[in-house]
Amino acid sequence: MVQLTLPKGSKPAQGKVHKAPAGAQNVKTYKVYRYDPTTDESPRWDVYEVSADDHGPMLLDALIHIKNTIDPTLAFRRSCREGICGSCSMTIDGRNTLACTKGWDECSSSNITISPLPHQPVVRDLVTDLSLFYAQYDSIQPWLQSDEPDPEKERLQSPEDREKLDGLYECILCACCSTSCPSYWWNQETYLGPAALLQSYRWIADSRDDATQDRLDDLEDPFKLYRCHTIMNCAQVCPKGLNPAKAIAETKKLMVAPSRKKSAA
Amino acid sequence: MSQAADAKDDQTGRFAVPGKPRPLSPHLQVWRWHVTMLASILFRVTIGAVSVGALIVLGWLAALAFGPEAYTGFLTVAASPFGLFIGFGLTVVLFSFILNGARHETNDLGVGLSLKTANTLASLCVWGPVVLAVLFWAALFATGRAVL
Repeated sequence: MVQLTLPKGSKPAQGKVHKAPAGAQNVKTYKVYRYDPTTDESPRWDVYEVSADDHGPMLLDALIHIKNTIDPTLAFRRSCREGICGSCSMTIDGRNTLACTKGWDECSSSNITISPLPHQPVVRDLVTDLSLFYAQYDSIQPWLQSDEPDPEKERLQSPEDREKLDGLYECILCACCSTSCPSYWWNQETYLGPAALLQSYRWIADSRDDATQDRLDDLEDPFKLYRCHTIMNCAQVCPKGLNPAKAIAETKKLMVAPSRKKSAA
Repeated sequence: MSQAADAKDDQTGRFAVPGKPRPLSPHLQVWRWHVTMLASILFRVTIGAVSVGALIVLGWLAALAFGPEAYTGFLTVAASPFGLFIGFGLTVVLFSFILNGARHETNDLGVGLSLKTANTLASLCVWGPVVLAVLFWAALFATGRAVL
């Protein structure tokens, strides 16, 4: 349901300001969303002034620097620091991205806002609960389903058919796309969201998969697929440069293709 | 909110931490819009505005049905600066409706969804209606069909 404002108890208050030491050069101001579930306090915006000369080039470097030297209570997820694990996805400078691949010099100003992935339940600080996101991924049955008996070696695929999976298989499930989508914000209990739909199409497009019609049948629903209104935020923010909107459009085309045999149900 | 109410509203249980619902993270409050999102929301607004336009057309027909006096009254309002302003707004809305309709039709064919093209098409749908409406009214004034 569309609710443009945050509910009571979710609105961040003004928090602490951690000033940069006098004489610090190249200072960036980070306004960071904070929420501590162990207290009764509402979320707040804490401000950290940090010299970019004191840490590496990425936003994740800045966050780790803040945690190490200013405020050890700051919580965020991170692992690979090279854009492949998808853990450090968050909203930086008003757009979803991976903190580890976003440079602080790429931001629109020296005042950089950092908040958890949008319209999600916050576990703590920049950590959100993505269990619904994972459940939706699970619901599209993200594995190969073939009617052929298991071959002795791998299932062969022509180079042309393999190429159809480019731009689909690279998804790292960071949830940047789904949580950037206003349609997903308002309907996440019923709309699958760009990430799950990109992955759904990844299997629909796979020449080795024989469950195409079942997969399409599963998406035959007013909400699961059709809440995509090509707002395109998904493609705009994907840190891997993928285009879920395009995959969704291809799925919609298959839905009405003459070759499609609808199930009796 | 009570825990029972939380559980009822929240089918997945993600918000229902025992004794303490989780806050919702900021969304529109922090988002920096891309032009594609702007075009999308303007199209939504357009759909609403077109419905208002339909009511005005209905009023026009009603005035016609009520006789010459009512119709003259309607035309007086329509020709007033306020009426012309509304008229200009409605042409913006109509052009927006047409351009966005064409954009969505294109997208539904799976075309124009690369980021570069999508951004260009979205910009056209944001500014195009204003330009077209200005040209349309300039033509109306130039040919004497509309006067201030």
